[in-house]
This record gives sequence, structure tokens and C-alpha cells, in this order.
Amino acid sequence: MLALVSPALLVILLLIVLPVGWLAWQSIYHDGFTLEHYRRILNEDIYWRSFALTFEISLLVTVLALVLGYPVAYAANAVPKAWSVVILALVVLPFWTSVLVRAYAWLALLQRTGVINQFLRYLDVIGEPLALVHNTFGTVVATVHILLPFMVLPLYATMQKIPNDLMQAGASLGGSPAFTFFRVFMPLSLPGVLAGSTMVFVLCLGFYITPELLGGGRTVMVSMLVSRNVELYNQFGAASAVAVVLLLSVLLIFFVVGRFISLDRVLGQK
Amino acid sequence: MTTKLGFRFGHAFLGASLGAFGLACTTADAAEQITFVSQGGAYQQAQTVAILDPSAKKLGITINQDSIPDAWPAIKTQVGSGKPIWDVVDTPTGYCLRGGEQGLIEKLDFSKIPNAAAMPEAYRSPYSVSYEFYSSVLAFSQKTFPKDAPNSWADFWDVKKFPGRRALRNHPIATLEAALMADGVAPDKLYPLDVDRAFKKLEEIKPNITVWWTSGAQSAQLLNDGEVDMEMAWNGRVSAVAKEGAKVTFTYNQGILQSTSLCVLKGAPNLETAVKFLNEAVDPVHQANLPLNIDYGPGNPKAFDTGVIKPERAAQLPSEPANAAKQALMSYAWWSSPAGEAAEKRWAAFMQK
Repeated sequence: MLALVSPALLVILLLIVLPVGWLAWQSIYHDGFTLEHYRRILNEDIYWRSFALTFEISLLVTVLALVLGYPVAYAANAVPKAWSVVILALVVLPFWTSVLVRAYAWLALLQRTGVINQFLRYLDVIGEPLALVHNTFGTVVATVHILLPFMVLPLYATMQKIPNDLMQAGASLGGSPAFTFFRVFMPLSLPGVLAGSTMVFVLCLGFYITPELLGGGRTVMVSMLVSRNVELYNQFGAASAVAVVLLLSVLLIFFVVGRFISLDRVLGQK
Repeated sequence: MTTKLGFRFGHAFLGASLGAFGLACTTADAAEQITFVSQGGAYQQAQTVAILDPSAKKLGITINQDSIPDAWPAIKTQVGSGKPIWDVVDTPTGYCLRGGEQGLIEKLDFSKIPNAAAMPEAYRSPYSVSYEFYSSVLAFSQKTFPKDAPNSWADFWDVKKFPGRRALRNHPIATLEAALMADGVAPDKLYPLDVDRAFKKLEEIKPNITVWWTSGAQSAQLLNDGEVDMEMAWNGRVSAVAKEGAKVTFTYNQGILQSTSLCVLKGAPNLETAVKFLNEAVDPVHQANLPLNIDYGPGNPKAFDTGVIKPERAAQLPSEPANAAKQALMSYAWWSSPAGEAAEKRWAAFMQK
């Protein structure tokens, strides 16, 4: 058994454990042991602001993705097989498109001379173009779009495992469709909700390109602090410390969520 | 700061990539060779035609090329490991100075670089020689401003007289200079920068800045798509967009003249050849050939006396003497001083407020 898994373990060791270990080491060692970088994260305003903003945006994106994704997953589960293939294909297709391409596509749609503003002006709904991008709004819209598949797919996987008999039983006992949905279906889909939300939230915490391109420079998320520490200030230690804090937050979230549901069961089918 | 372990990783990685490159080059059988590093893309292509190939031919050496968008972390890693692989780097002048202070860059013996010795004092430092010039200029849309266009940073700050959407670079270098000029400081009286005054002036325009751009490509896109009406941008980016048909232009008035420089890594494997190359690279004729291939100005102003650059072409270039006279020459010495580094750090806090 060990012989079988050892190549995989070696790859993980080389590609994940060693670099992450080195990263953590850099954040505490520079000509001797130092906690200076962590002290700065605790004391300096800009780090607090960035972490707060990142968690706020991630939460907002997660809620929006859930509100938009739940009906889609429900529909994909409820319609005949052929239709559900179409719905899932529509969810997955953008998933295969580069994040960079999608960010620029949103720019083409949302900017002042973009499709949406031009169309609204053509209809005479607005006089002046709306500020849809280069702000937090644009960042959130594009991020929700990019992360939506990570919400829909676990939801769909969970919903598929809910036996249809339960709904029929509920209906035969006199429950209205709405009643059986809220009392039977929705509670059973909660593990999917939690799994999808965790995925979206955690992925959003590390988003970089989207806020960089669509945030107009003001939406400074944590990953942008990491890159600025390296590129602008050449401070690998500070960048590593921020990255380590972000990594620990993610691990903590997985740990907490893992106590409520078995993530691998929801994400790993059957 | 990179650790010991970091050096070994970095070294192994670079060694592997360059090793393959080196093998391919051994057939040239040149006794003398150097490894030259620049920023890649159209820029490195242009300098290969204008400067690198002619220099290699004249000196009878082989110039191995490598490119990296940001050489600084690699310089630190290579020199820190004690066995640098690169010889000469073309990088923003500030890095040559900062590297010199940190012991990462060789001090130059100008008696061996006569071409550079003839250059103005301000264009060189003990560690570096100016190689090419570009400029951070005020660019604007001719659609928004068909006449009475903004012509100074004071105009850029004047949102009543020049209504429109604005963008600045998300970086303190050149931006603080522009703010001070907007506040009435003369271009030749900027340094040492009054950082407090600059940030105060920036606070004033901040609500009117639509985008703080981070890449040159982004600045070009903003202007091209009409997303902003005026912005600070690099002259080459603006002229590229204008060439493609966008109704945009720029002024050199109060531009901030910036340069990349050549410097030699401390303990470079081919130190002597590297210095020989350095002299050849700033030769006026090679330098004059550069602007024929790309919209950057020669680092050596003597290039304008060679007759290679036609007057109408020269008039378009940032370092042409008349254009240079309208601009502020960036002091990299100030930016790599402790005050400069402190100003850089203050930028992040300013952006997030």
C-alpha cells in the first residue's frame, strides 16, 4: 500500500509541503528568529483593513452565489436528465474559461463605454454612464460569476442523493409543494449548502486577478498585499507572514466546517 | 529577505534553466561571453537589433540573453548564493543604486567606460549607466479635449476647468513628483521630495481618480476604451495606442523622465567582458539605433549628435534635449534613500484610507 501511494506522497511533499514550509520559515527567520512581521500584521491598520475587506467581500460573494446557485442546482436536479445535462453544461462551460479572460469580459460589459452602459443609454434609461466597474461592485459581480460553479456542483451532488420518495411521502400526507420543500428537501440539502459555501468562501479569500483588474486599485484584498510586499517593497518575510495568516484562516475554516459535515463525502459523490 | 534555503532553491532553478540555454550556446565557441538580462518583449527585441547584436559583433563576444520582468528578486538570490550566473542587467535605475548599497552590484571603473564618462553626471552613478529613457507623462483623450487640453499637473488637479475621469499609477514613484508639481514646485526643485506635501496634494485629487492602474497594459486599455479622459502613463504606451487609431495624445510638459540603467552583478562570472560590453552598449551610434526600433529615448544624449536620428523622430523622444528640458529628471538616488523607501511604504496606507 505504501509503495503505491509513495509517488503521490513524494509529489505532495515536493510541491506543497516543502514550499509552504519554506514560506513559513521565511516569515519568522531573517538573520535570526523574529516575530516582527506578525507583530506588524497585528499592529498596522492596513493589514486589518485588508483582512476585514477580504472577509466581507468573501461573505457577500458566498451569499450571492448561494442565492443564485441554489435555484440552478435545484432545477438541474428536478428536470428530466437531458435538460439537466444542458443546465450543468452551462454551469461548467465558463468554469473552463480562463479567469483572466472572464475578468476582461466583465470589463467589456461593465465599463463606462461597455455593453451595459451603452445599452442603457440607448434606451434612455440613464443619462450618465453608471460606475459599474473599478470598484467593489465590479469585483463582486465578476467574482460571483467565476465562483458560481463551485456552489452549484456540490449542491447538485447533494440534491441528487435526496430520495424522491421522501417528497412523495410528504405530498401524500397532505403537504403542499412549498411545505415539503421547506420541511423535507431544504434541510436535507444543507450539507451541500455548507460544502458549496465553504468552497466559495475559501476560494474567494485568495482572489487576486479579479480585484486587481476590476477593483480600480481601491479594493485591496489580502492576496494583493502579498504581491505588493514582494514587488514594491521586496519584503519576502512580510509577504510570507501575510500568506501564512491567510493559509491558517483557510485551514481553520475547513477544520470548523469539517466538524459539522464530512466535506469529502459531499464533494466526493456517493 | 531570502534565506539560505531560498538561495539554494533559487539557484538550482535558475541553474537548470540557464544550463539548458548554455548548452545550446557552446557551439559558438567564443572565448569571451556574457549573460545579459533585460525585460523581454518588444523592448528586448528592439535592443537586440539596435545594440546587442552590433556590440557582440564589434567586440567579438557572445551575448547570451535572458529576460525577466522584474530582475530584483533574482539579483538578490543570485548574488546572495555567492555564484551569480548573470553578468549585466538592464533594470530600473533605482535597483542598481539600491543593489550597490546592499553589496549586490559592482562599483564601476569609469576609466574603462569612456562612452559613459562623456555622459552628464546625472545620467550615471557609481554603480550604473543610463541605458534608455522613458517618461511618465500627462496623457489625454482628444475627443474629450479637442482644444484647451490639460497641459500641466496643475491642470490635471483642476477638476472644475477640466472635468473628466482620471487615472494615476498605483505606485508612489513619479506620482509624488506629479503631485508636487501640481502644487507649484518647479520641476528642477523637487528633490528632496516634500513627502507630506505630496500626499496632502494627492488626498485632494483622490476622490476624482476613477482607476489606480497597476500595469502599463492596463493604462493603455483605459485610455483606448475611453474609460478615462486623462491619466499619467508612460509615453511609449500612449503613442502605441495612438498609432492604433485612438484619439489620444500626451504632453512632455512636466513629464517625469525615468530611465533603466545597465549594472553589473557583484562577482559576475565575466566581469571584464561585462565592463567592455557596458562601454559598447552606450556607444552613441548603437544608442541612436534604439529609437528607430521602439519609442524609447537613448540613454546617452550624444546619440542625438550622430545624425542617425532624424530631427522629426528626435522631437518625439523623451530624452531629446528640448523635451528633456520641459521635464523633471527623476532622482533615483533619493528614491533609494531611507526617505524614499519610507515614502514607498506610506503609499499602501494612503491607498487604503
